[in-house]
Amino acid sequence: MSATQNKTGGMHPTTTGPLSFGSVKPNQGLQNAAKKSRADIIAEISASGMKGRGGAGFPTGVKWNLAAAAQDSTKYVICNADEGEPGTFKDRVILSEYSDLVFEGMTIAGLAIGARQGIVYLRGEYSYLRPLLEAVLERRRTQELLGESILGREGFSFDITIRMGSGAYVCGEETALIESLEGQRGEPRNRPPFPVDTGYMGHPTVVNNVETLAWAACILAKGAAWFKGIGTDKSTGLKLFSISGDCERPGVYEFPMGISISELLREVGGEDAKAVQVGGASGHCVPAKSFARTLAYEDIPTGGSIIVLGPGRDMLGIARNFLEFFVEESCGQCTPCRAGTVKLLEGVELLQEGRCSMKYLRELCALGETMQLASKCGLGQSSPNAFLSIVKEFQDEIMGRTDLAAAGKE
Amino acid sequence: MLVTEQDALRQEIKAWGDMYGRDRTALIPILQEIQRKHARISEYAMQIVADMLDIHPVEVYGVVSFYSFLDHKPKGRFVIRLCRTISCDMHDKDRVARQLQNDLGIRFGETTPDGRFTLEWANCIGMCDQGPALLVNDHVFTRVTPDKVHDILEGCRRAMGVHAQEQMQEQLV
Repeated sequence: MSATQNKTGGMHPTTTGPLSFGSVKPNQGLQNAAKKSRADIIAEISASGMKGRGGAGFPTGVKWNLAAAAQDSTKYVICNADEGEPGTFKDRVILSEYSDLVFEGMTIAGLAIGARQGIVYLRGEYSYLRPLLEAVLERRRTQELLGESILGREGFSFDITIRMGSGAYVCGEETALIESLEGQRGEPRNRPPFPVDTGYMGHPTVVNNVETLAWAACILAKGAAWFKGIGTDKSTGLKLFSISGDCERPGVYEFPMGISISELLREVGGEDAKAVQVGGASGHCVPAKSFARTLAYEDIPTGGSIIVLGPGRDMLGIARNFLEFFVEESCGQCTPCRAGTVKLLEGVELLQEGRCSMKYLRELCALGETMQLASKCGLGQSSPNAFLSIVKEFQDEIMGRTDLAAAGKE
Repeated sequence: MLVTEQDALRQEIKAWGDMYGRDRTALIPILQEIQRKHARISEYAMQIVADMLDIHPVEVYGVVSFYSFLDHKPKGRFVIRLCRTISCDMHDKDRVARQLQNDLGIRFGETTPDGRFTLEWANCIGMCDQGPALLVNDHVFTRVTPDKVHDILEGCRRAMGVHAQEQMQEQLV
């Protein structure tokens, strides 16, 4: 049991399968990186083929390379610890148990792109982790792993500060996160310009997920070939999955990329599932007949949220819960997302009351497709995903309902 | 608000300004401190912050109203946030919600008349493997069942005092 769990009393330990993070020698990655040129560090990350572990799947090496190439004396490395996707809790486990590895990854990124300042944007809901993280940072400063001339390398200076979020899901979107750090409402920016060019305070900024940074440290420690040798051609390496819902052993598990859903369900004791929601509220609902599909960027991409839906689950109730989430969390800046999420939720209520015509359902689906195309940021673009996939896969279940109680109006 | 209270608040905000700086990036950290200490961010506080950072008070209000952990209206000493998102929902968060309302005598979004408790919904708090989960201020409680609600609230009531946060930790472990 970790210190965090003791301190919070009412929290239970999270089940975790064996994680590679535990077997990496502390600061090996950083020591290796300190001996390399900046270009060689980025080449190592690029050669590993790692794509961003937050879910969007942008190649990490390309991101670092763009930021490194940008001409500016001030650059930033931001760790996106605003883990808000429903069903995701791997970053909480990483920060509780392996925060050294995350800070190591940030320091390596700082060296690679030429940044001297790192910021962890920690979600407000995880504020109980802050004292632990501050203590680790302080220890790393005394160990000369942060500060001036790290590991004796001339000119290698880097330090990390922690900034707290204040309860806004949209701030997990990197430009909204930067807005929030700058003291603004967390409203996403237009891209381009991308943060690697114009980021925090207008300076080149790398924003990486907690897990991405931890893997970056592992890759520098164990070599790109080790990472590339695992997974599939297009989706290399290992990935942490947060598994919850109707299964016997929910928790955080490490699997190679490209694992099939049925294999994963066997590991966690959820073989009788009716469907699996992959990627949280913004992800897709995969029915049992498609459990042979794989979790990889070329098949079903995911940030690692896996919600197992057991045989008795009402799919419309699931869709409703997700849409309520998006109605609440939409920042309201662009119309497709602000108004579209509300119309889809009203549609689900009509379906629950058994009062939705097929014609109207098709209009709702067309609206969902418009939202995917026309919304400004990833939140709006992905908000109709769950609804559309549930309508597609479970149309028979959701039409012509006679069960008024399911409408659940309190 | 008494003049002495206004002065005290002004001094506090100045001190936070010294700690976090006086540019726009300091805005949210300063607002978080005010929220933590006073359980709300009053219009008066927003005005002082705006003057100090040399921005319009509307800019400050815009930020306060955007974030769900910042609030203009007074909140209770203990803010209870029950997660309503999918995994907690699938594990009977509705029953926990019902019991919280019964035991506190308020509905979601309300504060008890004695100013002790505010009841709110939270979106996913990252405890999906052990739902239903709730936050009491910064503290997490997981696998909450309706019969545990009373114990959690009693723990808060016992902890009312100068060192409420620390005591609550000790008593509830």
